[in-house]
Amino acid sequence: MSDREPLFSKKNLKLLSDPLNSSNPITVQVLGICSALAVTAQLKPSVVMSLSVMAVLAFANVIISLLRNTIPNRIRIIVQLVIIAALVILVDQVLKAFVYDVSKQLSVFVGLIITNCIIMGRLEAFALGNKPWPAFLDGLGNAAGYGWILVVVGFARELFGSGSVWGYKIIPASWYIENGGFYANNGMMILPPMALITVGIIIWVQRSRNRKLIEE
Amino acid sequence: MDRNSNVYTFIYASGMVILVAAILSLAAINLKPFQDKNIEVEKKQNILASVNIAADATNAEEIYAERIVNTYVVNSKGEEVEGNAFTIDLKKERAKPVEQQLLPVFECQIDGSVKYIFPLRGAGLWGPIWGYVSLEDDMSTIYGASFDHQGETPGLGAEISTENFQDQFQGKEIYDNGKLVSIIVAKSNETAPAKHRVDGISGGTITSKGLEKMLLDDLNAYNAFLNQKK
Repeated sequence: MSDREPLFSKKNLKLLSDPLNSSNPITVQVLGICSALAVTAQLKPSVVMSLSVMAVLAFANVIISLLRNTIPNRIRIIVQLVIIAALVILVDQVLKAFVYDVSKQLSVFVGLIITNCIIMGRLEAFALGNKPWPAFLDGLGNAAGYGWILVVVGFARELFGSGSVWGYKIIPASWYIENGGFYANNGMMILPPMALITVGIIIWVQRSRNRKLIEE
Repeated sequence: MDRNSNVYTFIYASGMVILVAAILSLAAINLKPFQDKNIEVEKKQNILASVNIAADATNAEEIYAERIVNTYVVNSKGEEVEGNAFTIDLKKERAKPVEQQLLPVFECQIDGSVKYIFPLRGAGLWGPIWGYVSLEDDMSTIYGASFDHQGETPGLGAEISTENFQDQFQGKEIYDNGKLVSIIVAKSNETAPAKHRVDGISGGTITSKGLEKMLLDDLNAYNAFLNQKK
């Protein structure tokens, strides 16, 4: 190619920024909801889950994009699945070896990254038809779009449900009713239904601010 | 080569599978020592938790080395037998008849007195539950207990791993006039005397009963040893 595209051309940056807002995998495409509800009771597992999905999605996108001209069409879904599964197992093994307590908390959800529809969706829709670098950016962008929702939900749920953030107590102990105060943690926040409602509130706020998303 | 031919598809699939398998086995082998280390540290944390010492992953080994002064293995007759108490796999032992089981004992030094720690393993509702219980040197009064589970329902059966539940065991007695009665896990208005009973978990009855059975069965295996030490 004579006129090489710059690494961070406008088009490429759009791949990174679009999934954060107007094509967000969770709030707009409503993909990957299951894990978003399950791991967000606290902030720390939310962040680890986001990073794990980011690692898996970015690398899977790059690998599939590199192989895109060799993959036999008839078994392309299986090839994608094998690559995702292999990456997820690697992430799981690394978490078990180096952040054991977090890996215990995430338990089956790391394994379930395999079934996260965002990943298969991006491989099929983007990586199979694009070069490795845009595919990498697309993976990062989509995982970041997934991740920031998880982090916001995890933050809200941990703060209102347990009175802490990242495991540190934020609400003073003297506020609690049992210590003579006026405050009680909202036990509902810990349960998955409130995660769905929190995601719903994010969607509401996003739609009222982003005119592009308002349907006729 | 034609990308849609059968031969190409077969070769591609086989090559991919072999390559991926090789990468994964390599990773599993290389990370195994780190993972085993984590499991070992967690076990030490659990043992320390049963004598009411809160240790985190960074200092568990140090505190364990300092506090756990003696470990040995006994059989159901209370005789000391050969074996490494720390590495015994309780799952395998519990599958054997009780006469052949190897029973680990950990001795812990706290404030000049010795506490005896016994590992437990039983069944909850969805999967195995396990834990450690520590006795004062009268071999009847419980000094502390810690329990964990594989997949009990959060908020119900899973409550056995909370401090609120475990703290109830402190000061309870497992012997009544020389007879092993263990600890009853039940509602508070039942007839069992308070010193042999802790509150069960509402909505977690099967886990509570499983825990009760685990305590009785496993302490029963140690009965001869406990009687000797009294």
